[in-house]
Amino acid sequence: MDSRTAASVVCAQNLGLTFGTADGPVVALTDVNLTVDKGDFVSFIGPSGCGKTTFLRVIADLEKVTSGTITVNGMTPEEARHKRAYGYVFQAAALYPWRTIEKNIALPLEIMGYSGAEQKERIARTLELVNLEGFGKKYPWQLSGGMQQRASIARALAFDADLLLMDEPFGALDEIVRDHLNEQLLKLWARTNKTICFVTHSIPEAVYLSTRIVVMSPRPGRVTDVIESTLPNERPLDIRESPEFLEIAHRVREGLRAGHSYE
Amino acid sequence: MEKESFILDRLLPVGTVVVALVALWYVAAVFLNAPFERDTAARNGTTITFAELLPKTMAQQRPVLPAPHQVIAELWDTTVNKAVTSKRSLVYHAWVTLSATLLGFAMGTVLGILLAIGIVHNRAMDRSLMPWVIASQTIPILAIAPMIIVVLNAVGLSGLMPKALISTYLSFFPVVVGMVKGLRSPEQIQLDLMHTYNASSAQTFWKLRWPSSMPYLFTSLKVAIAISLVGAIVGELPTGAVAGLGARLLAGSYYGQTVQIWAALFMAAAVAALLVIVVGIAHSAVLRRMGARA
Repeated sequence: MDSRTAASVVCAQNLGLTFGTADGPVVALTDVNLTVDKGDFVSFIGPSGCGKTTFLRVIADLEKVTSGTITVNGMTPEEARHKRAYGYVFQAAALYPWRTIEKNIALPLEIMGYSGAEQKERIARTLELVNLEGFGKKYPWQLSGGMQQRASIARALAFDADLLLMDEPFGALDEIVRDHLNEQLLKLWARTNKTICFVTHSIPEAVYLSTRIVVMSPRPGRVTDVIESTLPNERPLDIRESPEFLEIAHRVREGLRAGHSYE
Repeated sequence: MEKESFILDRLLPVGTVVVALVALWYVAAVFLNAPFERDTAARNGTTITFAELLPKTMAQQRPVLPAPHQVIAELWDTTVNKAVTSKRSLVYHAWVTLSATLLGFAMGTVLGILLAIGIVHNRAMDRSLMPWVIASQTIPILAIAPMIIVVLNAVGLSGLMPKALISTYLSFFPVVVGMVKGLRSPEQIQLDLMHTYNASSAQTFWKLRWPSSMPYLFTSLKVAIAISLVGAIVGELPTGAVAGLGARLLAGSYYGQTVQIWAALFMAAAVAALLVIVVGIAHSAVLRRMGARA
């Protein structure tokens, strides 16, 4: 291990994952080499079947690699999960319908054994972070889809994991809500100094949010390009019309096309 | 949406059906009881007109089919006019059956839930137990009830417990089936979430599986409470008719007391309805506490 591995949040080397299915083995990921440093906002983009969600699930110890190595905070993903090293935001909000929003945010805190007073303080803090003050007593069905997803982000933030794994969290929302949430997410990232791994299939979303963009392609799932963003950290929404932004978006599109020509 | 009117939406349709059924019942009573009156008249060497026959068919001691007002009179007489401690009080008999029903229902529910927990958490139990659970219900309860009574009597158990065990035998089944489905109802994403929190199986059970299973549990309980009552009544039949609604039914059929049989039947139906309503109220109370839409 080089010195960078020790400081990095996620470090994958020659990582491969093959699913054994009824129709024979399916190679979901092959030869992935990637390092995510502390404070990075890394987006994973690619067509469906490229393994971007699978890679996120590997970091989260929801899937096991079949070859190569991966470390999370210098540990195996399982050890990192035992230490509650990350918060995971799924494609759907997955709020428990019988719990109010604040009780949903309290769920990981209850499991991790936080005291009642600390739970209250953290609920208030995270609700404020995602702009849901005053909605704590509501049930999930009383909230819009965008608000539900924000509540699920608050739940992932509640226990102060330094790493946030987000699997197409805004994929099911309309573009207006999505723009708004992207802007809020950037502010939240700036305020909390977290490391974020973000899976998306939207090029503008990936370019707007990320410090690095990992372009992936399918069959077998692999990384075809890693693009360092040259955009400043301060990003108003209209930055998306700047030539710099369009140039990065162009490079992402090229990377995606190159992956497809493999077939 | 229009505001719901109780009279128009509930009372009118239900009332219409009740009136139609009562009318049909009277017609059937006249038809079924008339041959007896004609035979009696023929034996006395007289003839009887329909006008003379009509009131008599509704006032027989042992009619083939008692008229509704006879059953109501019997119900009134055996509930209101008798002390509840009297052996001739239907309230007393209903309570005897109800206590066995409730004990059997409670045991069946606990057993059903425990079996479901085992089946959901243990592959071996899933494979080995489920076929037996289903097979247990293919045996006719009327065949097995006397055996249970006899066997339990031999080991010194009599009275409430054997009847309650027959209720348990019937009522655990819907609870097992419903709860296995209910405890498996959480979506993969909700289970993955628990996994990312490194939650223990006990935490996953209490915070996810158990709350998810509540709608399934109560649906099962509605079935279970009704068949618990059936089990308790069936359990009273082979005991030699000491007490309970089953005993009333049996004694009534021994002595041809059809009015008594019908009164006991209606009492059983009323008890069943009451029990299902109570479970239903508990169901909506729990769902309301769990934040269901109003």
